[in-house]
Amino acid sequence: MKILGFLLLLAGWAIVITAVALLVVEAPRAAFVLAGIGVEILGLVLVIRAHPAQRGERE
Amino acid sequence: MPAPALTDTAAALCVVLIFLVPCAGAGLALINAGLGRSRSAAHLMMSSLCVVAIAATVYFVCGFAWQGFVGGPSHSVSFSGKSWDWIAAGPLFLRHQVFEGSPASLAALLGMFSVGLAAMIPLGSGADRWRLGACCASTAVLAGWTYPLFAHWVWGGGWLAQLGTNYGLGQGFVDTGGASTIQAVGGLTALSIAWILGARRGKYTHDGMPSAIPGHNGVFVLFGCLLAWVGWLGLNSAGAILFNGAPPGRVVLVAINTTLTAAVAGLTAAAITHTRYGKPDASLTANGWIGGLAASSAGCAFVNPAAAAAIGLAAGVLVTFSVGWFEVQMSVDDPGGSISAHAMGGLWGVLSVGLFAEISASGHPGQWLAQLVGIATLIGFVLPLTYGLNWLLDRVYSQRVAAEGERQGMDLYELGAGAYPEFVTHSEEFTER
Repeated sequence: MKILGFLLLLAGWAIVITAVALLVVEAPRAAFVLAGIGVEILGLVLVIRAHPAQRGERE
Repeated sequence: MPAPALTDTAAALCVVLIFLVPCAGAGLALINAGLGRSRSAAHLMMSSLCVVAIAATVYFVCGFAWQGFVGGPSHSVSFSGKSWDWIAAGPLFLRHQVFEGSPASLAALLGMFSVGLAAMIPLGSGADRWRLGACCASTAVLAGWTYPLFAHWVWGGGWLAQLGTNYGLGQGFVDTGGASTIQAVGGLTALSIAWILGARRGKYTHDGMPSAIPGHNGVFVLFGCLLAWVGWLGLNSAGAILFNGAPPGRVVLVAINTTLTAAVAGLTAAAITHTRYGKPDASLTANGWIGGLAASSAGCAFVNPAAAAAIGLAAGVLVTFSVGWFEVQMSVDDPGGSISAHAMGGLWGVLSVGLFAEISASGHPGQWLAQLVGIATLIGFVLPLTYGLNWLLDRVYSQRVAAEGERQGMDLYELGAGAYPEFVTHSEEFTER
């Protein structure tokens, strides 16, 4: 789940970069940038859920 | 992009302001030590010193070569017909650099101090359990790769700075004093370190509820805030002159905005904790103050004082609640509050430029989008990068101290002597609850 979360973070960033590079009109460009950030938030949630507190109690 | 020119007055003022920046590092070291346990205080101060030393050395070897400065040599890739400048291509070891007060030489000096500041931020989240050798190795990675790469994109004429000229997004990504390059990069590294190290022993019960482990010295913490304030005045003012081409007189506005943002953020944190707990909480007020300073860095040269106060208000609320959120909801043990103060404060500061900045009279539609692209890059690229690098480092050289070291305290275990040898200042908190 952690790896999937980090992949989603990178995928969200790729969406943002691609939107900036390929779209010219402001509204769809902004929409895709926000969508990319949404994907990043999803990735963050997965990474957070993959790090429960008890893992820190390792020897 | 053409290199900016500085008058002799601006260059001299810039040098003086840069000399204030180490005060920010001293402040952070005191805050981190004060918020940690007494039996790890000397270790944390020793770590701070080592981290600054490693950061400066690595930055000298390769950091500035890869960060570069506007107008210097760089590598670019072409994407959709535009040039994307992604890393500088300067010589290693600061060779061929003429140190006569040129903007590039001042950027090298500020960068050397800034990278040390960024490297000290993760010490707060890794306090009481991060081995000295490991934090030095992690700092080498930060100062040699993560920081220079992102700093080039923002301050070295990289693709984020070029979003305005290439794609019409306002003035491109704007960050005057390092809310993203220093604070957010350091704060996201702090989050990675907290995840990789895990929580301190005894921090969470078996059902996942956090226990309070109060900081050992409130005087250190609050004096650290005052010291950091001085450093931030230098950092933001020097950044405004050097990276935004602000005239020397603009330093007055920068100083007022920096102070206002920190003041309102600190007061907000004190008011919130007073309302919630009946008394103002010193550690959360300190985190609010530092969060306000971090938030002030991005737009201090471009917002009016009222907007600076509004940015501080939001920073105080954000930092205060995010400290609890990270601790309780996310189970992230961050003794120094580094993630909330620096990452959250820095990210909010970056966004606030898009909301409040008056960058020019003609207005720049799309500035908010440029700032959002910067935030997306920090979360979507810098966080996985810094986590991945530190995770790999952890595979090679375990970053967390052995259980015995945590029980004894980092001072005795790693340094052989405590910060307060005359006193027995702690109780045993590893017994079953």
